Amino acid sequence: MSASTASPAATTPARAPKVETPWRRFVSEFCESKLALAGLIVFAIIVFIAIFAPWLSPQNPYDLAQLDIMDGRLEPGARDGADTMTYWLGTDDQGRDMLSGIMYGLRISLLVGAGSAIIACAVGASLGLLAAYAGGRTDTVIMRLVDLQLSFPTILAALMILAFLGKGIFNVVIALVIVEWAYYARTVRGTALVERRREYIEAAQCLALPTRRVIFRHLLPNCLPPLIVVATMQIARAIALEATLSFLGLGVPITEPSLGLLISNGYEYMLSGKYWISFYPGIALLITIVSINLVGDQMRDVLNPRLKK
Amino acid sequence: MAVYLLRRLLQSALVMLAMSVIVFIGVYAIGDPVEILISPDADQMERERAIKALGLDLPLWQQYLSFLANALRGDLGRSFVFNEPALQLILQRMPATLELAFGAMFIALLIGLPLGLYAGLKPHSAGAKVVMAGSILGFSLPTFWVGLMLIMVFAVQLGWLPSTGRGPTVEVLGLRWSFLTWDGLRHLAMPALNLALFKISLVIRLTRAGVRETMLMDYVKFARAKGLSPARVTYVHVFKNILIPVVTVVGLELGSTIAFSVVTESVFAWPGMGKLIIDSINVLDRPVIVAYLMIIVLMFITINLLVDLAYSALDPRVRLENK
Repeated sequence: MSASTASPAATTPARAPKVETPWRRFVSEFCESKLALAGLIVFAIIVFIAIFAPWLSPQNPYDLAQLDIMDGRLEPGARDGADTMTYWLGTDDQGRDMLSGIMYGLRISLLVGAGSAIIACAVGASLGLLAAYAGGRTDTVIMRLVDLQLSFPTILAALMILAFLGKGIFNVVIALVIVEWAYYARTVRGTALVERRREYIEAAQCLALPTRRVIFRHLLPNCLPPLIVVATMQIARAIALEATLSFLGLGVPITEPSLGLLISNGYEYMLSGKYWISFYPGIALLITIVSINLVGDQMRDVLNPRLKK
Repeated sequence: MAVYLLRRLLQSALVMLAMSVIVFIGVYAIGDPVEILISPDADQMERERAIKALGLDLPLWQQYLSFLANALRGDLGRSFVFNEPALQLILQRMPATLELAFGAMFIALLIGLPLGLYAGLKPHSAGAKVVMAGSILGFSLPTFWVGLMLIMVFAVQLGWLPSTGRGPTVEVLGLRWSFLTWDGLRHLAMPALNLALFKISLVIRLTRAGVRETMLMDYVKFARAKGLSPARVTYVHVFKNILIPVVTVVGLELGSTIAFSVVTESVFAWPGMGKLIIDSINVLDRPVIVAYLMIIVLMFITINLLVDLAYSALDPRVRLENK
């Protein structure tokens, strides 16, 4: 264990006579795992595909004029009726090209997943910092809320919120933020409780800096490592949860299908052997989640001081 | 211990009360209660009569009190779809869900503990890396999609297992169970494995992390230095100490397994309370939604309470900290 962590530190200065910054050390330790690096590259490609879907996809799956119902449920590799394009991953029941559908579905899934994770991170981290910094009653109230939230499984809380609010992308994001903020709050509070007793915080307080500045400019940056790990993992969880909710028919509307809804659409054709309508969106979802988790897993190992022995 | 018990009971009651307010506000205040509680087929006269009868013209706090009073008497409304008391409807479907959840927990421990122990003891072996990669996959795979794939492979392609439903049931203690017949077990196998997938990964990771951290402890080093056999060190000194967190988490996970059975039940058309709630949300059968939420909240609070009590019995430090 000690040999493996010591070697990059010993070789890096020799190869490049640069100063070892925490960022460089993080990058070199992260790259020790080829699997995690592969995950990062795959995830970058997925994000690229999602962003540029309108230019990359063979068809606009939302444009009904481009769809031909006669092409419905074609097998992967089949040509369309007018013989102008190939459906590499087959078509769904409305004659929609699955490949295009998946590219557009990725956009929705990533948007909802990352969007909710970022909002939840902002809300949760702020409350966690506040709890740790203020202490006393504020701390008790916030942490009781966190305990309450965490004692109920995410799917149940999300189900409850969507049962109240109804379907829709915006409502799904609200539900995901409500079920996720507590993870960030707990993580940040844990780190912040340790950090706020350090001398630099005391120094900042002695300089009579405004509390807001002490919290966000001094305390927050030092609480970032665990927060980043949690955020990475939570994006993957949010994407999976959104897919699950959409599969159950409680998530995004049918007009803008996410990956989960695409899978759900293929469910009824599964039993008759038309596997591709559910199979390929599932693979896309799986690759996305696995790549994020691989990255997050390695980051946790790199950033965890407990494993550095 | 008695003081601790009393405090935790009081806390649980408070949480239950808070949740009842949230559910009440969610259903009665955010949504339109008239639309929620009165059948959409009713005409104007019937609507007004129902509004009076249900007390929807009263102020909100009075409505809440009557809702609470009814709930305490076990009256959570009647289902529009089945025209039966909502509570009864859910209780009828509970055994199917419990059966599925316990089946899944059993599979999770059976597979997860040995694999986690192995991965923790030999963290650099190729086998351990395969196990850990597998556990990442287990976390990453969306449950519902794995369920679909299981159906595709084992029911459609191979035809080994039935794709949906619960199969024949046997009545024991007035409840219907399917794990007591061979055909029932065949129906249970796929959904239970599907539901267990996530928990298997969890148990593997918990066990591995526990083993790795415990192995560095002084008492383990001391036990080794004392000349105890590796097997004794592993199973008595290490395993016993990691069992507490694993058991706690698995206990806590029972609740989440029951909640996540919503997904598995929908995929496999398993006639439990999870499938009922999804169907009810889709047809807006709100009394059933309210009843389900209240029951599951009660279930959770009970599970959390039991786990906390068990934990404080196992580890005296917890009790002292709470004083």
